[in-house]
Amino acid sequence: MCRLSAISSTEYSSVMEAIIALDTMKEGHDGSGLGVTLKDLGGEFANLKKYPIFSGICTDAGRRKLDDYMEHRGFAVKFKWEPKITEGPGINVSRRGHYLATVYQYPDAYRDRPQADKEELLLGAHQDLRRCGADDESIYAFSLWPDVITLKEVGDPLEVGRFFGFEEKPLTARVVLAQGRQSTNYAIQLYACHPFFLQGYCTMTNGENTAFVPNRHFLTSRGFIGYTGYDSDSEIFCHTLHYVHHQLGYPLPYYKDVATPLKDCEFAARPDGAVLGLLKRSLRQLCIDGPNCSIGFLPDGAVFLFQDSKKLRPGIVGGGPGKYGLMSEECGLEQLLPRRQRQSDIIPMRYDLVIISPGAQEVKVWNQRNGSITTVN
Amino acid sequence: MESAQRLDHNGELTLLEFPFIIRWREDRCSRCGRCTAVCPTRAIEPSVMAQRLVYSDGNNSLPATIRRVSQVVRQVNDIARHCVGCATCSLVCPNMAIMPEYNPNHKFLFHKNQGGIPYARGGRRNDATTSTLDKLKFTRISMITTPSLDAGRHEFHLRTLMGRNLPPEALPLELADGLLRPRAGGVIPPVREIFPIRIGGMSIGALSPPMWEGLAMGVAYLNEVENIPVVMCSGEGGLPPRLLRSRYLKYFIPQIASGYFGWDEIIHALPEMIEDPAAIEIKYGQGAKPGDGGLLMAYKVLKLIAKIRGVPMYVDLASPPTHQTKYSIEEAVTKMIQSVSMAWGFRVPVYPKIAGTKTALAVLNNLTRNPYAAALTIDGEDGATGAAYHVSLDKMGHPIASNLRDCYLALVKQGKQNELPLFAAGGVGKEANLAANAAALILLGASGVDIGRYIMQAAAECYGDERNRCNLCNLGRCPRGITTQDPRLYRRLDADRVAERVVDVFKTAEIELKKVFAPMGRSTQLPIGMSDGLGVADPAIAERLQISYVC
Repeated sequence: MCRLSAISSTEYSSVMEAIIALDTMKEGHDGSGLGVTLKDLGGEFANLKKYPIFSGICTDAGRRKLDDYMEHRGFAVKFKWEPKITEGPGINVSRRGHYLATVYQYPDAYRDRPQADKEELLLGAHQDLRRCGADDESIYAFSLWPDVITLKEVGDPLEVGRFFGFEEKPLTARVVLAQGRQSTNYAIQLYACHPFFLQGYCTMTNGENTAFVPNRHFLTSRGFIGYTGYDSDSEIFCHTLHYVHHQLGYPLPYYKDVATPLKDCEFAARPDGAVLGLLKRSLRQLCIDGPNCSIGFLPDGAVFLFQDSKKLRPGIVGGGPGKYGLMSEECGLEQLLPRRQRQSDIIPMRYDLVIISPGAQEVKVWNQRNGSITTVN
Repeated sequence: MESAQRLDHNGELTLLEFPFIIRWREDRCSRCGRCTAVCPTRAIEPSVMAQRLVYSDGNNSLPATIRRVSQVVRQVNDIARHCVGCATCSLVCPNMAIMPEYNPNHKFLFHKNQGGIPYARGGRRNDATTSTLDKLKFTRISMITTPSLDAGRHEFHLRTLMGRNLPPEALPLELADGLLRPRAGGVIPPVREIFPIRIGGMSIGALSPPMWEGLAMGVAYLNEVENIPVVMCSGEGGLPPRLLRSRYLKYFIPQIASGYFGWDEIIHALPEMIEDPAAIEIKYGQGAKPGDGGLLMAYKVLKLIAKIRGVPMYVDLASPPTHQTKYSIEEAVTKMIQSVSMAWGFRVPVYPKIAGTKTALAVLNNLTRNPYAAALTIDGEDGATGAAYHVSLDKMGHPIASNLRDCYLALVKQGKQNELPLFAAGGVGKEANLAANAAALILLGASGVDIGRYIMQAAAECYGDERNRCNLCNLGRCPRGITTQDPRLYRRLDADRVAERVVDVFKTAEIELKKVFAPMGRSTQLPIGMSDGLGVADPAIAERLQISYVC
């Protein structure tokens, strides 16, 4: 089972905090990989927030392809970052190539274009890069988006963290998502490693999504170029979030109504009960059938966690204004925030959607059953 | 040697030409006459036989002969009265003295065209080999990666949608204060949530009164008592006038077909209907006899049937192969669906049923552009019928599995797989594996399935099989009383007992569906199109259906 570790904080948090929390949950993952996605970056990236960052892995040939492509599209390099790779005893991670986070200036023609145009440009470029590096595995393109970095590698999460040199020089961010282990049931490969990112939306999930194929068919038939990949059944969660929130324009709670719909007999207790049946029917094939716990963030920096009714061991959210942890296991939270008010911990159940507001000053629990919102602190 | 003239039996057949040969045990027979009385084809008859016996007894050991005449049960060798193997004779025999035996070397079809009349029958295609549906296995079993669900205790939602599901972008919704709400003036097509196994169209007329009544009672009981929302199609021939005006109409799907039989009664009942029907099915084709119309032969058109259908008694009721008032697919499908929808104020899903065919995709493409089309039912070649020419039954048609799969994948390509539900029919439960066949079709992309012959076999002990046993449905001489209008025959069938068995069948199917879906981890929604759950040990089938090859 995958293990999930997320931080939402007002100050910048080190990616290593999330990785160490993940390590405490080691009993629950097999150490077959680590993926991290960071949003609202600190350190050298703190003043580059409006510029798109390509993050991924390239071989030498891939790097040349990347440079050529970006130059051809009119992107200009603004800042380059590479992790200080640490190899040696105790780190069983094979170096695959160059691990990159390169900040670009938008092409001149796009600088004053609307945000939607820029988003379309970045998505198209991301897809192109992924495609052109796929056959020879010369490029792994994880994300191309402003103020977001995604890194992934196969190996024990803690060792991968050390491999990236995060112990000495960690990346920092206000939102950190880290996931250990790769996808269930499908081959171990980097694109199957969570978190999954699409146009500002990101999720990581544990558990098997048994409705994967119908979910995938529905998404790929929407005619949106970003709905591709699916090396993991968990990529569904990210794209469904994108579809519901970005494409359909529904508020976040409806994402839960789509993925884990209420029973028909429960609609009446919701103030918007009249529309829930319609959503359930029209989006029937995006219903996941669990058991899953999913953590993600939205483009505005809100971080959320929810799970379905079959998830027998719930995730946990704890902390206080300024820093919250969202974990798949309590021990991870214990590691991250040992001095938190434990009585305020939230152990969400099937109806709960926990939302940390952008800036990490408030945590709310939206109850799917009656639509109520409880502000915990 | 006898002269050739005396042995010349030109035109006569030996019993070895017949598909079933009667095995009669003289030593057991009490000559009660029950077997010959019940034989639906008069294939056996009481007869006498002159016997010459040689015997010796007493002290005189010299053999003597006697001649005696004994009463026997004899199988006639008249092709018009061939034994159909129904075994009703065995059923009524008190001494187990008689039994038909299948003759695999028969030459029946060489001769069953006397008078230039092709062989017609009921039933389904005579193909006793394992169907594609029965070759499919459920191979995606969650155990370690995700615990299997407990089929007995977990909560399952085994329901499907019958009706046009709007794509989310087309839903008439608006956002106010962070909440979605219906937009005033928006139109939402009618959608019914039903059990994914329906009873397909079998008409009053084709079925006897107790059979149809038994099915209807069973369906009503399943809905009202067992909370299993099974719906049933009327077939072409209308519905009983009282049912049309009852609250139970909501469990029925009146069918309109090319003969429009029964629709005068239905239209006249419209103002008095207190419930809308579950849906309306427009039949364009039938898997058992593609390109052929319905046929109710004259001797089944008795008083009740004539009244419901609005026709004189004792006339052949042949529906044309197509709707004669229509010209093109746009009229035949689009306008007709729209007209029928309008008759019920657009409150009732209206969908067409077609025979499995290579042209199914053309119909489907038309339907995707017709916002009033609520679904599509595709009836494969293993579907059954009450009456058809043997050649149509055996040689015409398209298997359901690949036809359904093609249509589903075509919808996926268009992104409309959730908008237009597909229902699959034709051979579901052919080998008695109802739930497994239904589940396989659902995983291939069907929203639900129809059954016909299966329910006759399971609920009313229909004798028919794929070795042409019985299959007398067309003649009105059904020895079980299922497909006859002859009171002497249909009194053999107890409607209450049929209803009980209908309930048994669906309760069982529900449990078995859970047993299939639970190990796959599916319980919240029906796993429509979850083709990764299927495998087959035949690489050609795997490739054609785009599922896993397993061996």
